[in-house]
Amino acid sequence: MAYRTVTADRVEAGDALPELAIDVKPVDIVLGAMASRDWRPQHHDYKFATERNGVRDIFMNTPNLAAWFERYVTDWTGPYGRVGWIRFRMKDSVFPGETMVFKGAVKAVDRDARGCAWAELELELTSGGRVTTVCTARVAIPAAEGDNPWKRRGEDWKPRAAA
Amino acid sequence: MSERADLPAEVQSWLGQRRYELEGEFDVERGYIFTTCSSVQNGNPIFWDDKAAAEITGGPIAPPAMISVWFRPHHWAPGRTEQALPLQVHFDLKRALDVPEAVMSDNTVTFGEPVRPGDRLRTWQVLRNVSTPKKTKLGTGHFWDIDVEYVNQRGEWVGTESYTGFGYRRD
Repeated sequence: MAYRTVTADRVEAGDALPELAIDVKPVDIVLGAMASRDWRPQHHDYKFATERNGVRDIFMNTPNLAAWFERYVTDWTGPYGRVGWIRFRMKDSVFPGETMVFKGAVKAVDRDARGCAWAELELELTSGGRVTTVCTARVAIPAAEGDNPWKRRGEDWKPRAAA
Repeated sequence: MSERADLPAEVQSWLGQRRYELEGEFDVERGYIFTTCSSVQNGNPIFWDDKAAAEITGGPIAPPAMISVWFRPHHWAPGRTEQALPLQVHFDLKRALDVPEAVMSDNTVTFGEPVRPGDRLRTWQVLRNVSTPKKTKLGTGHFWDIDVEYVNQRGEWVGTESYTGFGYRRD
């Protein structure tokens, strides 16, 4: 079966990723927390979040945010995309009733010493119009049709983040 | 390692050392994989379609971003009296450096071998660095870097989470 596949020979710095907009409902916050086994009350208990944490509602937990970014990246690459690393900095929280909007662009395309093709992406999440998270990700993509980064093992897979 | 007059001996002894090594409480399993994909509406066929997984990833795998999920303790378990804190080294540093407040500023996750259903992962934490005292708008304290390493049951590296924290006392 043919899958959507982004290959390095067809990508260049400056390319934009398609935006992704999601209306966030309370169930999204609670489901995300439970899926990531995060039982802390600020992610499911409105009274705790508002009275103890002093925020306006329950809010999305960090592991689930990482899963959203991963999904956003591989929506773009297709299933052959293999994330090497992801780095994020949180500035604000995502609350129910808001619309999350993921945006991104290709910062660079390169190959490592083992011939693995990489796209480095700059990503941003806004929610309710506020920038809540900025993120950089490095994802291995096929160098050309027929290549598959998932087949790389051991010395052929070198995703370590730059300092 | 050179002595650091600004750090307690206890903290110096932690630098570069593996601490809190433990095995996950359960095997990596597909129920959580499907629930996680559902929670972020991730339709990537390598997680849902066995034929696609066989063709692309050599069989089913877990979304790499789930790496820490396999170590979060059950909310309740028989005989448990204390809840283990994730990133215990962070809390140890707050106590040892006598800084009541702390924030995480950066989080980087690096992914190695794919994690597959049936894997039983191991993890440990390593304190990589503690800065000299710094004054920021939050207060005065130390920055620290902690790595959380993950391997599978064959000892293959499957991922590392790297955190930068700042522990401080308000000025």
